[in-house]
Amino acid sequence: MTTATADLAALPREISPGRRVLMRLARRRGAMVALGVVVFFILLALLAPQLAPFDPLATSWSAVRKGPSAAHWFGTDEIGRDVLSRVIFGTRASLLAGCVSVSIALALGVPIGLAAGYIGGWVDALISRMTDAMLACPFLILAIALAAFLGPSLTNAMIAIGISATPIFVRLTRAAVLQVKVEDYIEAARAVGNSHLRIALRHILPNVVPPLIVQATLAVAAAVIAEAALSFLGLGQQPPAPSWGSMLNTAKNYIDNAPWMAVWPGLSIFLLVLSFNLLGDGLRDAFDPKSR
Amino acid sequence: MFNYLLRRLATIVPTLFFVSILIFGLQQLLPGDPAMILAGEEHDPSVIAYLHKKLHLDEPLPVRYLYWVGGVLEGDLGESQRIQKPVLDLVAEKLPVTIELATLAILIALSIGITAGVISAVAKDTAWDYAANVFALWGLSTPNFWLGIMLILLFSVTLGWLPASGYVSPFEDLRANLAAMIMPAFVLGNAIAAVLMRHTRSAMLQVLSSDYVRTARAKGLDERVVVLKHALRNALTPVITLGALEFGTLLSGAVLTEQVFTIPGFGKLIVDAVFNRDYAVVQGVVLCTATAYITLNLLADLAYFLVNPRLRDSASA
Repeated sequence: MTTATADLAALPREISPGRRVLMRLARRRGAMVALGVVVFFILLALLAPQLAPFDPLATSWSAVRKGPSAAHWFGTDEIGRDVLSRVIFGTRASLLAGCVSVSIALALGVPIGLAAGYIGGWVDALISRMTDAMLACPFLILAIALAAFLGPSLTNAMIAIGISATPIFVRLTRAAVLQVKVEDYIEAARAVGNSHLRIALRHILPNVVPPLIVQATLAVAAAVIAEAALSFLGLGQQPPAPSWGSMLNTAKNYIDNAPWMAVWPGLSIFLLVLSFNLLGDGLRDAFDPKSR
Repeated sequence: MFNYLLRRLATIVPTLFFVSILIFGLQQLLPGDPAMILAGEEHDPSVIAYLHKKLHLDEPLPVRYLYWVGGVLEGDLGESQRIQKPVLDLVAEKLPVTIELATLAILIALSIGITAGVISAVAKDTAWDYAANVFALWGLSTPNFWLGIMLILLFSVTLGWLPASGYVSPFEDLRANLAAMIMPAFVLGNAIAAVLMRHTRSAMLQVLSSDYVRTARAKGLDERVVVLKHALRNALTPVITLGALEFGTLLSGAVLTEQVFTIPGFGKLIVDAVFNRDYAVVQGVVLCTATAYITLNLLADLAYFLVNPRLRDSASA
């Protein structure tokens, strides 16, 4: 008896699917470095008041367009504000826009896609045609139009990006539901008398989560670029509040005598977006059962 | 073929109907009375009354939609409040500039993307493959407006080789036109090249492992002939059709690129309209873009249908 218990303990324990995915992700060096960079930017956003050497809004007429120095590592801008402090505080707008707009897209897209895929028939046809209509308008052009009619602000930019990103999640959820709903365990759940709502929420939804996580990670990258683009055009974060996109918009006017104003905010966008893209790719591979 | 075309056209009609609802609905997002906003800051009561009558603002919403869509079907996209010109004329005026920019960008994207994709697939798991993948990630992660600014810094400010902004018609001076367009076209083509590279790589990897390529190699054919004549020709079909879907990326990118390089095209038209609160122009541009996107998708589908014998045969069977 004791020997049998010892034998059982010696057997490898069953690994949960979530843990298996995390273990696969941990083996991908690129994805782990990307995760580290994302965490670094999150900390930067959270601890901005403690980390920024200067007030990002404080102007100094004696330090207008000064190059990088010991006092101002990233230089100063056209009204003497510290570029490093504005880059650090700008992280907040970018990450906020990335997370909030993708949350909006998920909150709208997943239930609509779930309804289309599960109910089918005319509901599916109606939702699919509406999704096609939204996808026919290029992402940024639709976001610009929505932001223009809603009015320029960071909140409206996030709403505009979120709505523009919704059709992708509708399509993805619908496709995943169509695949899952014909499985035997769904038939079994129906046979034992589960309600449609319960089947959709308890049995189908958890099984469509993996592709949604991957898409959401990649969508954050697209949303960060979209927020920067809208702010660059003057439709996102309004001055003097710092945002990487609006900093680039100002910087392009001083490119010949203050190039550092353009280098750092652009590099920050690039690093953050690259990290989310690498993380998304890593997650896709980690969720793929064929990958080792 | 005819049946396929009819079936495909039948799916477009409801999509276009929803596009029209979406674009008409944009106007309803304006807070308060649209006539008050469109009348400008002076709020002249006679102008407001005129706009109410002209835009049928006193009518119920569905009736207003019917008036609007009726106008669109007759080619009336409204009138620019600022320039006092029909929106369709403005679009027609700006479109050739953006078409030139987009064509150059696509040529750059195709030459870089397909070449990098083929090299990456042929030299799988080598330094070349990694370099091509890094290039794709770079292309997908670089904001094109930042890349534009950095290229201006290098080629215009530092080296003085190319103009930083402006546009010259190719009919006036082709050399000056190309000098002004090469940087924006590269910026615009960069992201699309990355997408094309990924599509080409995966299509080539699939084709290279197929039986007929193995047979071609077994016959002793030169590897270059196998790759370029047998594999690439078949791999390119899905790449070209998938590439057509990048039209949206191209137009979104053109908005920002034209802003950075001050090119008076379609993208600059929508941005200027947004800042001048010229809402009819914004709606008109979105409508034209969506219609063009749907048409291009249809053409891409038809092209795929025509070049794919299996699809063609199944339709005629």
